[in-house]
Amino acid sequence: MTVSDVQKILKAQVICGEDELSREVHTACGSDMMSDVLAFVKDQSVLLTGLVNPQVVRTADMMDMVCIIFVRGKQPDDAIIELAKERDIILMATPYRMFTACGLLYENGLKGGCDIS
Amino acid sequence: MSAPVILKYSVPGDDFTRAGEASSAVKKALKKLGVAPDVIRKVAIAMYEGEINMVIHADGGEITVEITPEYVNMVLADTGPGIADIDLAMKEGYSTAPDNVRSLGFGAGMGLPNMKKYTDEMKVESQVGVGTTVTMRVYVQP
Repeated sequence: MTVSDVQKILKAQVICGEDELSREVHTACGSDMMSDVLAFVKDQSVLLTGLVNPQVVRTADMMDMVCIIFVRGKQPDDAIIELAKERDIILMATPYRMFTACGLLYENGLKGGCDIS
Repeated sequence: MSAPVILKYSVPGDDFTRAGEASSAVKKALKKLGVAPDVIRKVAIAMYEGEINMVIHADGGEITVEITPEYVNMVLADTGPGIADIDLAMKEGYSTAPDNVRSLGFGAGMGLPNMKKYTDEMKVESQVGVGTTVTMRVYVQP
């Protein structure tokens, strides 16, 4: 699906990167612990998180992620938005809670991308 | 790329929001040099975790990165409190990070294990009260 599909499914507000919504995404990860996000090197394009600080953007950058979605409508500050813009990362905020947001995306075909071994 | 490229960074210990800037710079440099994306990602993640550790535990430190056609070498040196039991520190889930670090998304006890996972070679040298030096190497695949 595209970021635009994600945005519609999650009724999300686009905070920055509105020109990039046609980018393709295949997998997602939902976590408030950045080290857990970093534990899986496999391609993950979307990060759902309840954590709002600059390290969320840096983590997504290290993982080459396309889009960060803040759950429960949380809003990043200007410094975070600036950091995301510099790195071409799309930021969105969804009113849904973490579990529901992840469930909605999964139901619509976005997978985890992390096989258990 | 012929001669090795040496990059040096000073990581400030007092500003968590800036932690990761050195890793971000190295990621950009590797991209410019045309290094394969999966190698870049391994280096970036390992160094980022190390950089975060320096800020959380050691009040910052120095990072030296050597980029050659064969490998990327990272040396992260700090003069922090040191690690008493390195084997224990390497265990997934073991963390001595304070609670305020956990609320920032780190301190899950995954830093060192992640660093080991993404590098081909890793050496941790530490002396309590003196500091810690972590040396990591990622080989550049042909």
